Amino acid sequence: MPRRSNGNAARNTDVVVIGAGHAGLSFSHYLAESSIDHVVLERGEIANSWRTERWDSLTLLTPNWQCKVPGFSYSGDDPDGFMTVPELVGFIDDYAQATSAPVRTHTPVNSVRPDDGRYRVITSDGAWRCRAVIVASGACNIPSVPKVEAFVPEGIHTLTPHQYRSPADLDDGGVMVVGASATGLQLAEEILQSGRKVTIATGEHVRMPRRYRGHDIFWWLDKVGISNERYDELDDIGRARRLPSPQLVGTPDNRTLDLNAMLDQGAALVGRLMGFNGRVAQFSGSLKNVCALADLKMNRMLKNIDEWLEENDDPSAYPAPERYEFTRVAESPPLTLDLDKQNIRTILWATGFRPDYSWLEVPVLNSKGMIRHDGGVSEAPGLYVIGLPVLRRRKSSFIHGIEDDARDLHEHLLSYLHS
Amino acid sequence: MAEQARTADNGVNVQALLEAKEALTDNADAAHFKWRASCEWLKGTHAKSSVESYYGLGEEHKHVSKFTHESDHPLVFASEDNAATPVEIVLCGLAGCLTAGVAAVAQNRDIQLKSVKATLEAPMNIQGILGCDEDVRNGFEKITVNYEIDADASQEDIEALVAQSQKRSAVFDIVANPTNVAVSATKV
Repeated sequence: MPRRSNGNAARNTDVVVIGAGHAGLSFSHYLAESSIDHVVLERGEIANSWRTERWDSLTLLTPNWQCKVPGFSYSGDDPDGFMTVPELVGFIDDYAQATSAPVRTHTPVNSVRPDDGRYRVITSDGAWRCRAVIVASGACNIPSVPKVEAFVPEGIHTLTPHQYRSPADLDDGGVMVVGASATGLQLAEEILQSGRKVTIATGEHVRMPRRYRGHDIFWWLDKVGISNERYDELDDIGRARRLPSPQLVGTPDNRTLDLNAMLDQGAALVGRLMGFNGRVAQFSGSLKNVCALADLKMNRMLKNIDEWLEENDDPSAYPAPERYEFTRVAESPPLTLDLDKQNIRTILWATGFRPDYSWLEVPVLNSKGMIRHDGGVSEAPGLYVIGLPVLRRRKSSFIHGIEDDARDLHEHLLSYLHS
Repeated sequence: MAEQARTADNGVNVQALLEAKEALTDNADAAHFKWRASCEWLKGTHAKSSVESYYGLGEEHKHVSKFTHESDHPLVFASEDNAATPVEIVLCGLAGCLTAGVAAVAQNRDIQLKSVKATLEAPMNIQGILGCDEDVRNGFEKITVNYEIDADASQEDIEALVAQSQKRSAVFDIVANPTNVAVSATKV
């Protein structure tokens, strides 16, 4: 570490933003608007997680028209399409250019600690002393892997979505995809299409059609007000924040990605992975119920949309309501699978992600290592977090949610800086 | 939600449950409970189990009284049928847990229940317990639970009640998922 990183040589600024993704850059946009001196520290390149930690075929879950950040939005000729990862990286790069954000790339933060009423941010390139820190370092730094990983039998390959790029990375044998979120089903589908046998271990999940009554589902979530539901108005914010990503994929044919589509393509469905007895995987007997929960919740959402249309618009101007086939769960799904007999050679953990705050030496972390916060405002004055699922609204989980969140937190920050 | 007038009364103190959730979320120690039972052999396949104490919220507790549950095997097993079979008691445990959950979830969703009846059935191939066929498991092949519920709610809302009850049920989890069981013995 360079000498100036300790001692008195720290540079001074008002605000340090950690992370130059869509969240950090959006916050920087508002800071620049209010002429607040700040720096955006980025461990790698702009949009680093998107550049280095995503699989090849990934496209955004949200349509292009919804790709907007403060002062900048999608301007291409395919508003209903879905960006690939390189396109999104280009979009975020362009945003950084357009806002002339004061980004310092290849500057990983080694620690943030309180420093006499301020914060000291120590990087690989020296230290900063600042009044406020905006943690915008991402929600998906570390793949969450269940504890049963410790009991995976010898000889079975395991990998996380951070390691997976395409089916070519896999052994030729069968694959067990653990998790039925957007990640799990997208990967299961392309692995099926590569000719491998796929078993999907399914716990709780969120089912949605890609399009409903003539519009993208995200259009409806905006329209009926679900996107804007505030974190402090939800019945169970902890649960809302832990929800798996909805089973969606962004493709030109706007197809719906759900467990029935997986079954049609030959996937086997089993319950949540609970453990291993030697070389035999054990699954929960709750598959029928988790599918019923998801089907019922989807229908409640569709009913909300139908009722909203009845009350607020002319329903006859839209295609008729639809209800989709319930998930086709076998009468008695297998509770155990012998990995060798089934020729399952690989286990892919699509079991979610979590942020990494190992560098944060401010006492704001809960027992699970997550920042305790009220809509992004931590208990430590001047320390904020942004860019997490359902941070302030349901839409916070998506790119288009960042504008309102960044604006709200920027206002809070202004009153803190002026206090 | 909080502002809406609540009218349903299923006799479940949901407020206390929600407060407990709040209080215990960041207090893992208090959330650790220990459930206990003891059992004494009477004669033949007849036994008497009892429950009295349990641990939770950081201290020992006692039930209002000591509850006992006898168990036996039926006449077709050449037993005396003095009481329910242990596997039937497991079904009672599952039904009791799910039904309590239905009432609690209904209360939380402001749904007035009028009647809730569950019927359970669990096929079992006794070649397993008799040791006739090593490939047959001892336990239930499956469990079916059928609820008949009269309530001020739609069919979908009632299905959602029952689904949510399963999601939060301890006995459903115990039955549906593997659990390590450690049994020891001491000569006295």
